[in-house]
Amino acid sequence: MELSKHNNDAELEIKKSTVLNSGWSAKARIDAFERLAKSGLPTVRDEYWKYTNPKTLTNKIVEKASLLPEHESDIFKSVSPLKIVFVDGKFSPEKSDEFILSGLSIERLDTIKKLDLHWAKELYGRYEKLGQLSVSRPLAAYNTAYANEGLIIHVTDRVECPINIIYEHEDEYSDVILHHVIKIDSNAELTLLESGAAAARLNQVLEVEVNEDAKFNHIRVLGRDHERRAATHIFGELSRGSTLKSFTLTVNGILTRNECFLNIAGDDAMAHISGACVGDGDFHHDDTVFVTHDAVGSESRQVFKKVLRNGATGVFQGKILVKPDAQKTDGYQISQSLLLDEDSQFLAKPELEIYADDVACSHGSTSGAIDEDALFYLTSRGISKPVAIDMLTMAFLAEAVDEIDNYNLKDVILELLSGWLERRR
Amino acid sequence: MLKINNLHVSLEDEDKEILKGVDLTVDAGTVHAIMGPNGSGKSTLSYVLSGKEGYNVTDGSVELNGDNIMDLEPEERAALGLFLAFQYPIEIPGVGNMTFLRTALNAQRKARGEDEISATDFLRLVREKAATLKIDSDMLKRPVNVGFSGGEKKRNEILQMAMLEPKICILDETDSGLDVDAMKLVANGVNALRNEGRGFLVITHYQRLLDHIKPDVVHIMADGKIIKSGGPELALEVENNGYSDLLDEAS
Repeated sequence: MELSKHNNDAELEIKKSTVLNSGWSAKARIDAFERLAKSGLPTVRDEYWKYTNPKTLTNKIVEKASLLPEHESDIFKSVSPLKIVFVDGKFSPEKSDEFILSGLSIERLDTIKKLDLHWAKELYGRYEKLGQLSVSRPLAAYNTAYANEGLIIHVTDRVECPINIIYEHEDEYSDVILHHVIKIDSNAELTLLESGAAAARLNQVLEVEVNEDAKFNHIRVLGRDHERRAATHIFGELSRGSTLKSFTLTVNGILTRNECFLNIAGDDAMAHISGACVGDGDFHHDDTVFVTHDAVGSESRQVFKKVLRNGATGVFQGKILVKPDAQKTDGYQISQSLLLDEDSQFLAKPELEIYADDVACSHGSTSGAIDEDALFYLTSRGISKPVAIDMLTMAFLAEAVDEIDNYNLKDVILELLSGWLERRR
Repeated sequence: MLKINNLHVSLEDEDKEILKGVDLTVDAGTVHAIMGPNGSGKSTLSYVLSGKEGYNVTDGSVELNGDNIMDLEPEERAALGLFLAFQYPIEIPGVGNMTFLRTALNAQRKARGEDEISATDFLRLVREKAATLKIDSDMLKRPVNVGFSGGEKKRNEILQMAMLEPKICILDETDSGLDVDAMKLVANGVNALRNEGRGFLVITHYQRLLDHIKPDVVHIMADGKIIKSGGPELALEVENNGYSDLLDEAS
């Protein structure tokens, strides 16, 4: 209808005709489309979106996102990663390194999606679909159905050199869908770094399969672009003895929803998800995490810290589900906010659902202001109030940053954080 | 050096006057002790001097080397050379003791227009001062006061004082919670800092600290005022007879 053109409230179109219907991924895409058609796009009336209004993520019209004067592309240069650059979701061969790294293969969804056969057929959409069993995640289904670009990575060995996917944002109205698939073979290891704001609006899915005794380290830094909007999903499956660690640093962002759904399917596996964020003004940041323990002796940690000021909003929805046979599970969840003024708010919904009887699970959620006694102590030693507040802010965030094992990467994050705080004084 | 003149202070939250006209002058090179019963206003005086929020100064003035400091922020007072050794040093998880010390020292130097201390000079200085206070490298690496025993916290206060080299040192019940050996260690740390350019204001309940840190003048504070001043013998009198005689005398 002609009217819808001018209707600012019109939603993204969900049409079967635009779903890619050939190649190895067609079945997964059509399957995802069916799920999406059934659930519809999310609205603020959905329980799972109670604290975060998805309207600007589901609107047909993309809100404008102003650009930063310069890209912050080399955040991780001190660890000399293999760089892969996407500009507004489009792969940039000029800015990227060659995809040559011993112990893994990297392909692009765009170049292989038309093939009839590909190993990724087994994975693409598989863990996303699994993640829909507990709660419907329509934006992820939308992504699986319509994604044209992303990286398809197969790790066969311990890869020491990290891969850094760098996202650059040059178009104020770009609307980007990216779908990455990573398969890590038994005993193999990968460190994936992601940095930058990908687009004015990003819908991203990362599906990762961590096989026996394999390791996946993931660190991402969502760039300083404030007006961008992003909905990201990580879907992971962990086999016996494997490890997944994911840390996200967020500074700025008018709307960010980071969902993480992990299924611990093998015994003695370990999943750590953490995040630190600093938000100001019309900042809205939502971490929604769901960890399922479906094996014996596994461990999970969720550590999320948010510093909020000038009316910023932080959301945490975190769940640990322990299935009946998942004995000896060790689950830990903490979400905390430091509210630097009375206008900011932190909305938390921590949940534990436990069906096994021999488990150790704990969760905690707090909101607090700067400790005035500590502030006075620091200033009484000659440290100015803004510097003292930054020191206490960094101290507050430290527990989340400490989740990063690699000292070099931890230093990168700490330096970024202190630099950002300093600039805001 | 420190000149307190008719200082009246009430609590910000309630209409309650705590200090009711304190007059006190500490000259450079002297040690003044303030003794007094609980609730006499000793700790309030130390907080008000160092700039803690929550108090209203309703009358009077405080000068440090001629500068009126009552309108200054705590960090500005610190840069002018005022230091408070806390009765209860604050634990600050996540902030390393060394980082804290270096940030504080450099902030003060910067405020005075001096160059920042180099990392190596700082390290040498802090190790040297820490050794005399029997503070090991593990304590220096730990977060500020976190997991420190009562004695370690007080020694850490004296270490900060030694590093920052203030002009006027206020010690608020530094002896509380210390055993005899720890008290000697702390007192030695303080005595090492005594010199003709520096003044001390030592707040204590008990005479025993003053056996180790010999005061030049002893003041008795009660109900927000200094009711009697005298030499070291005044502290002994309190030790032997308690405060009641002095209080009766005053009223």
